[in-house]
Amino acid sequence: MSDATPAAPILSIRGLTKTYAGGFQALEPTDLDIRAGEIFALLGPNGAGKTTLIGLICGLVRPSAGTVSVAGFDHVRAYRQTRSLIGLAPQELSTDAFESVWATVRFSRALFGKPRDDAYLRRLLEDLALWEKRDSPIMALSGGMKRRVMIAKALAHEPRLLFLDEPSAGVDVELRREMWALVRRLRQSGVTIVLTTHYIEEAEDLADRVGVIARGRLILVDDKAALMRRMGQREISLELAAPVAALPQDLADLPLELTGEGRRLVYAFDSRGEGASVSALIRRLSDSGLEVRDLETRETSLEDIFVGLVGAPR
Amino acid sequence: MNPGGALAIYRFEMSRWFRTLTQSLLAPVISTTLYFVVFGSAIGSRMTAIDGVSYAAFIVPGLTMLSILTESVGNASFGIHMPKWSGTIYELLSAPVAWWEATAGYVGAAATKSVLLGAIILLTARLFVAYPLAHPLMMAGFMVLTAVTFSLFGFVIGVWAEGWERLQIVPTLILTPLTFLGGSFYSISMLPQPWREVSLFNPVVYLISAFRWAFFDRADVSVAASLAATAGFMAASLILIWRIFATGYKLKP
Repeated sequence: MSDATPAAPILSIRGLTKTYAGGFQALEPTDLDIRAGEIFALLGPNGAGKTTLIGLICGLVRPSAGTVSVAGFDHVRAYRQTRSLIGLAPQELSTDAFESVWATVRFSRALFGKPRDDAYLRRLLEDLALWEKRDSPIMALSGGMKRRVMIAKALAHEPRLLFLDEPSAGVDVELRREMWALVRRLRQSGVTIVLTTHYIEEAEDLADRVGVIARGRLILVDDKAALMRRMGQREISLELAAPVAALPQDLADLPLELTGEGRRLVYAFDSRGEGASVSALIRRLSDSGLEVRDLETRETSLEDIFVGLVGAPR
Repeated sequence: MNPGGALAIYRFEMSRWFRTLTQSLLAPVISTTLYFVVFGSAIGSRMTAIDGVSYAAFIVPGLTMLSILTESVGNASFGIHMPKWSGTIYELLSAPVAWWEATAGYVGAAATKSVLLGAIILLTARLFVAYPLAHPLMMAGFMVLTAVTFSLFGFVIGVWAEGWERLQIVPTLILTPLTFLGGSFYSISMLPQPWREVSLFNPVVYLISAFRWAFFDRADVSVAASLAATAGFMAASLILIWRIFATGYKLKP
């Protein structure tokens, strides 16, 4: 959706760096623009620097160098403006266990200096399926509900830019789907969303753009679709009726690989559709005397791209 | 400016206190009663009057000050240590709240509780002994000043402490001895030399002396010196808090 009209960035990061006191560089100098209205997924393995990057933007971590501006405001000099525009739902479920849901969202709104607005907070809690639980102490809620309380707190002051750090960590599959639906609804309401995840599925399902981060380095940022188009490959795996010792000489021009003790041929081609069609391939195989018993096609997922970029998981 | 943010913190802290109101109020009433039974009636009846004041009345200001000091440090250090420990401090750090607004919220609440407790202790003491009150306004002023100063100090300890044990170190190892040796239960003029001179290095002596002056119009050290010492300690605590937030010490990596 953001392909056609790149909106002005709501968040602009230049040369942002973090080296912790022990000398560990958690984030190499990083430039990043987040467009207003998009869902941006920051994808990376644990310890890649995702939470450090978010902490730097939100004021939880002191930058070693670099600048952050939110809607044109510098996040150090004009911290009141930038923080008012930002909502943060951190990864850890840190809540005031004895407070009720209602008290905690009211506190969050007041802390950000917003005038009391019970109608807004009621809509917010209803949206997050928390209204029925408004009088429950937070400690009595399930993990999924606590996660939603964190999001409700982050949204209590009506931010324009929402950071969700690992929103589906520790959430079961069904709740994860609900969480994704919620994120989409939020975007529809005009909130820009930056989420971190190490679930590729999540980035693939939700994001307009994806940033891949590993070992403190933002390796690449691209539209999800473009990323997959650029790097996406299709594979056809063909099972042969009878095993062969080697590929026939007249098929040498095709990108074929013989595996499975001569029973399987893997054919890789660009997903943009250039190259031979499947029927032409099978015809050429049968011309060479190979009979295909079964075939399977597969599209490389973001996961393959990710593993290719980041390297094998440690 | 975000006065609403400071007020939100203040209200949050006060509501935490009100949830446990009974024990918050009952504890000081019981301990004051015990002090009066032991020191006021049992021992006090065998003591001679100090500067024309009965011993039971004499210990009222010191006893009140003792509670205000410990409660201020305890409340303020707990107030900021709890979110640090539980992780909820992320919200404060990411909110458009200036350091002095956060301080006003936390320290204001801690000082309010101490002042209320001090008032309750004075009222309870009144049931046992009819002490005079020579300068009521100055008494209230010193009470508030002390509560605020030691709440600021407690706030620093709460940020500095990395665990619940360390939270107790300063109150147990420094504050309690200073308070007991600061003339809570005696006048430093009763001490032999050189302990009287040594006592003058104890800041609590100045607090208790001035507070006692507000009751009995008699002081161990001059009221002006007391005011200066308290103001100096308050300024030092404030500067520490300012630096803590400016550098992110123990708050932001």
